[in-house]
Amino acid sequence: MRANDVFRLSFQSLMRYPLRTSMLLVAIAIGVSSVIVLTSVAEGGRRYISGEFSTLGTNLLIMLPGRSDTAGAGLQGMLIGETSRDLTLDDARALARSPYVARYAPLVVGGGAVSWGSRERDITVLGTNAAFRDIQRWELAAGAFLPATDLDVLSPVCVLGNLIASELFAGANALGEWVRIGETRCRVTGVLAQAGTAGLFDSDELVVIPAANAQQIFDTPSVFRIYVEATAPESMDRAREDIIEIVTNRHQGIEDFTVIALDAILSTFNSIFAVVTGALAAIASISLIVAGVLIMNVMLVAVTQRTSEIGLFKALGANRRQILLLFLAEASVLALAGGVVGYVGGQGGALLLRTVYPLIDFHAPLWASLAGLAVAVASGLVFGILPARRASLLDPVEALAK
Amino acid sequence: MHALDHVDLDVAAGEYVSIMGPSGSGKSTMLNVIGLLDRPNSGTYELAGNNVADLDDSELAALRQQQIGFIFQSFHLVARMTALENVELPMLLKGVAPKERRQRAADALASVGLAPRSTHRPDQLSGGERQRVAIARAIVMRPNVLLADEPTGNLDSRSGAEIIRIVEELNKDGLALIVVTHDPTLGARATREIKMADGRIQADVLDPVTPP
Repeated sequence: MRANDVFRLSFQSLMRYPLRTSMLLVAIAIGVSSVIVLTSVAEGGRRYISGEFSTLGTNLLIMLPGRSDTAGAGLQGMLIGETSRDLTLDDARALARSPYVARYAPLVVGGGAVSWGSRERDITVLGTNAAFRDIQRWELAAGAFLPATDLDVLSPVCVLGNLIASELFAGANALGEWVRIGETRCRVTGVLAQAGTAGLFDSDELVVIPAANAQQIFDTPSVFRIYVEATAPESMDRAREDIIEIVTNRHQGIEDFTVIALDAILSTFNSIFAVVTGALAAIASISLIVAGVLIMNVMLVAVTQRTSEIGLFKALGANRRQILLLFLAEASVLALAGGVVGYVGGQGGALLLRTVYPLIDFHAPLWASLAGLAVAVASGLVFGILPARRASLLDPVEALAK
Repeated sequence: MHALDHVDLDVAAGEYVSIMGPSGSGKSTMLNVIGLLDRPNSGTYELAGNNVADLDDSELAALRQQQIGFIFQSFHLVARMTALENVELPMLLKGVAPKERRQRAADALASVGLAPRSTHRPDQLSGGERQRVAIARAIVMRPNVLLADEPTGNLDSRSGAEIIRIVEELNKDGLALIVVTHDPTLGARATREIKMADGRIQADVLDPVTPP
């Protein structure tokens, strides 16, 4: 038999029962499209989060006060009866001693009422230094960022996020104006470009002031975080060792802080999401197995219904292999057609998700789309074997008698 | 109990044989063995020099395809295919190229007088026309033996006579014709009549006399 004749015969017999065939098609299509949609959700989430992280730069280390594991300084601290020390601006300044630290930025974060004239907004106030702009890759819409002064220097200046600037000034030029933050006043030196929620802060709704000013406003000697950028991805480990050594020495030999490497977090996230994506694909594939069982049932009925036709084919010179081939072809044509419909439907579903949530890039990974199709065809083949064998082994005499 | 018991039969090329007998006499089993659809449990069957016992499934299928044309009482046409496609079927199974296939099928249909009906489906054809499609399909591979199982059983007498005329003409052109029937008039038309009962050959009559 010629391949296209086999294909045409399978197609013809599938078309003989359009309702039954289309129901099976839908069953398979649902399976394949759910593989694609579910994995595209997981993959979209992964891309979103890793995108958020990568805007922060990959050679970033973040210092926070306290130990995340209790085995080290935590226990020691407990025995000595000493709580962990806060990080300070002096700790941050000391980091400059390491040759592997390109730049560092202390963060003092709080909420405050920011007002200009009669307009007032409650908003996040971020105290930091000039280096933070480079670490965050922030663009300016107008003016300049914080001056590169020493960390201790108080300076009545501020930089506004894009949204807060347009809300407070409503189109008026913000540069050079004095705004009020709590009890203090500062002059607007710059406005950040619109960026949306990039990084860990929503830079559109933010007021940035020098770290010393923020400590004064929030009445605290401590620092919330210290962001450190290593000179290169390769020097991350060296930078980390240096940071730990420098600050531990400053804290009387107690390592009462934590250093997090962003790429480590990112790779953890990626591996978690890879597992989630795989699990979702596997779960969705179960529906394909169910569709395969449906195919098997329907094909078994078809073999019974077409007994006399099978007998005829044998009388006309078809051997067992050919009968087997015809039925297997029928099952796989059906599964492939359902798979293609499901593929289109699944990609359409992902497109719909992207349209509704444009922030997240819902794309099924290629392997998941292909695996969905492959599992559909494979289940058609595997579950087609039993009915096809039964057909091929039919006794032509009995088959023709029906 | 055997369907066939110590049957010894030799059919020459181009012969016209009828096999007669009541139901259960073994005539259908006989036809299936001759048509390579069934194998004897013991004994030998040779077709065109091939001992059937030596052949596997696919060799048997190939021999059947090449040597034997079947006509059935209930026609056994594929309902979803046109007359032409039905006639093409044996060639499709053999893998003959589509163009040659269509030409040969059209020729076979024309030889049974059905050229104008080639695009009709079986449900658009009369019983006699369906059987003629089946004859075209049976002869399209140019077999040496035409096996007819009650070929007129489902037909009125006029269409039946037409079918008999066609197959007898094919026999005159050298095709061996074996008709299984319980119709004595039809059976007596053959040049050799085998009468069966209880799986045995009861009588083997040359030039039988048409019963009154």
